[in-house]
Amino acid sequence: MPTPLTTNDLAVSIAGKRVCRGLNLAIERGQCWGILGRNGIGKTTLLHTLAGLHAPDAGAIHLEEQPLNHLPRRHIAQSIGVLFQHSEDPFPSTVLETALIGRHPYLKAWDWESEEDRTLARQALAAVRMDGMAFRQTGTLSGGERQRLAIATLLTQDPQLLLLDEPANHLDLHHQITLLDLLVRQTRERGKALLMIGHDLNLTARYCDHVLMLFGDGETMQGKLSQILTEENLTRLYGHPIQCFAVGGKRVFVPE
Amino acid sequence: MRKRFLLPCLLLLSVASVVLALAFGSVTIRWPELWAVINGAGGLNRSLVLNLRLPRAASAFATGGLLALAGALMQVLLRNPLADPYILGISGGAAVGALLSMLAGAGGAWLTGSAFGGALLSMLLVFTLAHGHGSWTPSRLLLTGVVCAAGWGAVISFILAISPDAQLRGMLFWLMGDLSHADDPWPGLMVLALGVVACLPLARNLNVLARGELQASALGVAIAPLRWQVYLIASLLTAVAVTLAGSVGFIGLIVPHLLRLAIGNDQRLLLPAAVLLGGSLLTVADTLARTVAAPQQLPVGVITALLGVPVFLYLLQRSHR
Repeated sequence: MPTPLTTNDLAVSIAGKRVCRGLNLAIERGQCWGILGRNGIGKTTLLHTLAGLHAPDAGAIHLEEQPLNHLPRRHIAQSIGVLFQHSEDPFPSTVLETALIGRHPYLKAWDWESEEDRTLARQALAAVRMDGMAFRQTGTLSGGERQRLAIATLLTQDPQLLLLDEPANHLDLHHQITLLDLLVRQTRERGKALLMIGHDLNLTARYCDHVLMLFGDGETMQGKLSQILTEENLTRLYGHPIQCFAVGGKRVFVPE
Repeated sequence: MRKRFLLPCLLLLSVASVVLALAFGSVTIRWPELWAVINGAGGLNRSLVLNLRLPRAASAFATGGLLALAGALMQVLLRNPLADPYILGISGGAAVGALLSMLAGAGGAWLTGSAFGGALLSMLLVFTLAHGHGSWTPSRLLLTGVVCAAGWGAVISFILAISPDAQLRGMLFWLMGDLSHADDPWPGLMVLALGVVACLPLARNLNVLARGELQASALGVAIAPLRWQVYLIASLLTAVAVTLAGSVGFIGLIVPHLLRLAIGNDQRLLLPAAVLLGGSLLTVADTLARTVAAPQQLPVGVITALLGVPVFLYLLQRSHR
């Protein structure tokens, strides 16, 4: 099976600031990648570039060995799903309607959502424990509930490659663990691939097997989590001393 | 359930509004007489109903439908529930065209043509300016449109100030929205039908666009062509409506709102429903405009504003509870 996502000599910048250059990534099936870096270093821009939502300065991105910039958006949306940091809803809408828009890439212009699509959306809502709220207005949801709904929409879309921008945002500890458990388990069991931006090193250590660090001015470092996620690299990455302890067989990272 | 019965109910409402418009006016025609005319009876009633009231009712329906559809599209395009068909200055351009031709003493086709020309000019101006170097955010479009509208407003005031008194009344009626010269409904009805046909296949894309351009793009919507299509369709619908009846306020703002409160924001239902409800409301408003102060006729824009303001404020109050 083709590699879900590869980049060749990718250079990305935003507002005159270099995010990465000469980046060669190969995201394989079953892998979970963590993207780490300071605020404003360009993690979100890189994620959007990988989803085809931001044009790179140079280099190529291939989705299942096809050049991303030549694929129609609808085709991309059947393979890549993005969890954004912010959601907009200026108009009233129910929870179920919101989850159902995840089926949009699969429907033709005149199609209405089928019973099957509704079942998928309801299963996704059940997976994030929102099945009792299908007809709530999204305007009445809390920040954490909104985030769970966004994850349910992504589950309804059911893409092969999940690009998550701070998935743990607004979630309480219980939901951080159950939802990331679910996404990572799906990724490994069903041969998907996952990239997530996050600031919680312990969540990254718990769920990711690979890490990409953005140091600024285009410098990056990537590799297996066990080799990359070290006190030395992290201290340099954040410009803040960070220590690693072993607690109950797990590595725990603590800032000084 | 509410959703399933919505369109049939609105269809009935549309028929009822047109029947009402045929029956009432300076002379009231009772149901048996109206029924006789529909069945082919001749006489004075026949020419009154078929030559005077029917074209005007059809024009009112077309104008209302065009404005409500354009309003619903503009609101999604700008992702702003306060947007209306005139927000981007299209009516201002049309008004300047119309007033200039009135000032020159030209009427009829000249007036219609120059109003439509003004609307198109305004539409191209806003589109070109907002497009700039390729970045085209809703807020940039909105600001460009609002500033252009203010510019047109100044030109309108200037024309009014230098116009002779004899022409002011006609100009003011045009500015407030008036259907008394709208005797050929066909262009409006055809454009309305074409507009609905062009919008319906885009409706689900618009549902996704309503949740933001990034999200829509990530869900497979090609944003740039969609934005362009919606802007073009909404502008043309508005231009035709303004050409038919001048600037009639509130229909384009209030109809999509009313429907959203009733059925939510699914454009596949909302767009056709907006056409029917907007058409019915303006037909009823025009019937009121003809009868309230009969034999004098009021500009229909006055009626829509007088009805629209309290209804809108009431809905706004209720929705916050």
